[in-house]
Amino acid sequence: MTDRPTAPETGKRARGRNVSHDYLADRARFVRKETVRLSRIAGAGHYSSTFSAAELFAALYYAHMRINPAEPKWPDRDRFVLSKGHAAIGLYPVLADLGYFDSALLDNYTRLGSPFGDHPDMKKVPGIDFSSGSLGHGLSVGVGMALAGRVQGRGYRVHVMLGDGELAEGQIWEAAMSAAHFRLGALVAIVDRNGLCIDGHTEEVMSVEPLEDRFAGFGWEVHRIDGHDFGQILSVLDGLPEAGEGRPQAIVADTVKGRGVAMMEGALNWHVGNLSDEDYDAVMAELDAGLKPARWEHSR
Amino acid sequence: MTDPSKDNASAQDQSELFTGGKRAQTVKGTPAKSMPAFTLGEDLAALADRDERIVVLTADLASANRTVEFRDRHPGRFFDFGIAEKNMVTAAAGMAASGQIPFAATFASFLGILAAEQIRTDCAYPNLPVRLVAHHSGISMGFYGTSHHALEDLSMMRTIAGLTVVSATDATLLRTIVAASLDHPGAIYMRLGRGRDPDVYERAPDGFAFGKAIRLREGSDLTIIATGAEVHPALQAADRLAADGISARVVDMHTISPLDGEAVAAAAAETGAILTVEEHNVTGGLGSAVAEILVDCDRVPFARHGVPDEFAPVGPPAALYAHYRLDAAGIAARARELLG
Repeated sequence: MTDRPTAPETGKRARGRNVSHDYLADRARFVRKETVRLSRIAGAGHYSSTFSAAELFAALYYAHMRINPAEPKWPDRDRFVLSKGHAAIGLYPVLADLGYFDSALLDNYTRLGSPFGDHPDMKKVPGIDFSSGSLGHGLSVGVGMALAGRVQGRGYRVHVMLGDGELAEGQIWEAAMSAAHFRLGALVAIVDRNGLCIDGHTEEVMSVEPLEDRFAGFGWEVHRIDGHDFGQILSVLDGLPEAGEGRPQAIVADTVKGRGVAMMEGALNWHVGNLSDEDYDAVMAELDAGLKPARWEHSR
Repeated sequence: MTDPSKDNASAQDQSELFTGGKRAQTVKGTPAKSMPAFTLGEDLAALADRDERIVVLTADLASANRTVEFRDRHPGRFFDFGIAEKNMVTAAAGMAASGQIPFAATFASFLGILAAEQIRTDCAYPNLPVRLVAHHSGISMGFYGTSHHALEDLSMMRTIAGLTVVSATDATLLRTIVAASLDHPGAIYMRLGRGRDPDVYERAPDGFAFGKAIRLREGSDLTIIATGAEVHPALQAADRLAADGISARVVDMHTISPLDGEAVAAAAAETGAILTVEEHNVTGGLGSAVAEILVDCDRVPFARHGVPDEFAPVGPPAALYAHYRLDAAGIAARARELLG
């Protein structure tokens, strides 16, 4: 069973759309359920890294970003770079839902010749602004896109979603340094701070904190929010300064890896997984019931 | 081995690397009509007057690659990324994805080798029009040593699907390549020498196209297929061979990928012996690319001439070229060996 996407609106959407939190929660549930459904087609999937970002995806695409699904390459659109490309399984359904492509195409997810792999391909999937998968590259892509926006005199914003584990890549900090140097106020880094990388807790594998100090030290303005709370997400997005010359903006979104499925929350063994048939039905039912209070919160 | 103390021109070249000095130098034994310094910056600046897509990026080497001349004319479209080549290359890809044609220039060792993954994953795979300008390739950095040599980049770059890999033979061909690149859809790796390579072309060759070799001299006894800075000494070698009654065809194989297989097959069929000459490790570069064509041709005498599979010693560039027989005398000698 899948949620039927709501009839997509057409045409350009402005930033800061008036969308209810209930609607966004329903779309985040849709992201999670589609992730579970598509993972079964592939035989494996990045459930937990996608669940941690579900509310962020919903808020960006259904409420915040200036986009035009009828014209995916609209030059003035806001960009979204999924630097943590392994969460693409949660982004594809959103793009289909918004009308970028026929959602039936997802039924062949990852099968031979499908446009949809575990990591997104901008040449094959309308609405994907940049191909990703090799961690540590996305913030540099965002720097380039923001510079191009400046050269062309466009007011678009560039959002880059980073995993917390990939912050160990040196190129991230090359990009962070250059974004501040070039005063890229159009650039927004969103860190999905779910606390876990593959081998364990980030603070045990390679500590990334103190994140606020680190981004601030590189010249960024930093916001720290609960990445599952639509009130906080929309408040910080709507409050961003105009996308002109200024300090780049970092949003550290504290999230729970695997959020929404109790057995996956904060669990190390669900970075990549494959649900059994019995668990599949139970997980879908759990997602239908909606988010419960988080079972686990990582320490800052 | 050349006496280094007599190699003042090369030493002078090296001291001027970071200062942007433009005084013409003479490479010993080279009857060059002129010794062009880099014209990259002024060429790009002129093109950018008419083409708003052009932006230029470098990594703290604006003087060494003369992009200062672009910066001065188009400051709003010039971006110095400091010593952060990976960020520069990926950011160039981000700019290309947003409608610009970025030229990202730095030493070949820090572009084709250091940033190879960014070139593959962010430029070639999305098929974006990034122009990677890799200057001071091969052993042209001389006594700076292995960290600054690039003898592996052709090999690495030519295995990347969809990436055009091209050598600029001289300033004229560089200008031709840069102009032709503006209408080329995918990413291009442009391999340059140190900017003092003597003239081969008096004017832009007619009908230049990526992947189409240029036959510079007719010959019937063998074909010398050379690329980049080795084309000029290959022509000189052909002169020496002619004096011995050996007729050498000379082909400028400016594009390494996609390789002009027809030119290789024609050379094999029409002249028999083939000698490839490159300022690169003989493993994986031009010679290997030509061998991949020859394996499907009737067998002909064939040799790859270049740097053997080793790290080069330090030394002034001219001394290194002589050491590896990559000068006119060395190429001619190698050709005679091949013909037995």
